Amino acid sequence: MTETVRYMERTRDYYRALGYPSDYVWARFEAVPFANLAKPLSQSRIGLVTTASPPDLGNRDASGRRQVWSGEISAAPDRLFTDNLAWDKESTHTDDRASFLPIEAVQHWADEGVVGGLAHRFHGVPTEYSQRKTTELDAPQVLARLRADGADVALLSPL
Amino acid sequence: MSLVARHLEANGLPTVIVGSAFDIVEYCGVPRFLFTDFPLGNPCGPPWRQDLQRKIAEQALDLVRDADVSRTTRKSDVLWPSDDDWHPRYGRVKPEDVERLRALGEERRRKHSEARKPG
Repeated sequence: MTETVRYMERTRDYYRALGYPSDYVWARFEAVPFANLAKPLSQSRIGLVTTASPPDLGNRDASGRRQVWSGEISAAPDRLFTDNLAWDKESTHTDDRASFLPIEAVQHWADEGVVGGLAHRFHGVPTEYSQRKTTELDAPQVLARLRADGADVALLSPL
Repeated sequence: MSLVARHLEANGLPTVIVGSAFDIVEYCGVPRFLFTDFPLGNPCGPPWRQDLQRKIAEQALDLVRDADVSRTTRKSDVLWPSDDDWHPRYGRVKPEDVERLRALGEERRRKHSEARKPG
């Protein structure tokens, strides 16, 4: 694989420049779980998961904390809120929602018979400094919602 | 998002991550990862390029079908359709930014500590 951007190194340098005394510690695991497909891909329903927020920021609770949220595929807004996320605002833009949440592209392959279909909802998960919130609160929420939708596979596309 | 993928898989739901931060996802360790070498923000394809977005979705679905072991990573062969070299840009701390960033950090810490004071 060719040289890729070292985002961890750049993030460390950035926060050191801000004067934070300790570096962020990324999650790291030796063991990685793996689930096999329960049925052929052509019969599998795909659930989509994004890190973007709804345009009205309706995923904030009373204290302003972001929570897991869901939207209907059939009524997906043309744009989602991404300003709070760390993406390359100098090099690109997020005006085309399909560039980070592939509803239309996966629907195309469902129409072609490659996959069984799309789940009727997509889900949004906040990017959190706290790995504990993601692991103990948000991830179980996403799992419960995907199961409620009858999803057989999840496609996750963080910005 | 890598943590979410791990939780879903541990509970029997297969996943694929389509993402552009190769080092962060690989460091965590995930079951299936399609790496797209694009500026952060458009992991599923360049804006307004439906043709390339479909191709990347197909590659992600192929990976779901083909992978039979965790930590299966593929690099998409779709190239960013521009001569502009974006790779060096994101998050770089330039010498002229050092003083501004230090002041920004101090301001953030001051606001944070004020917010934590009991009312």
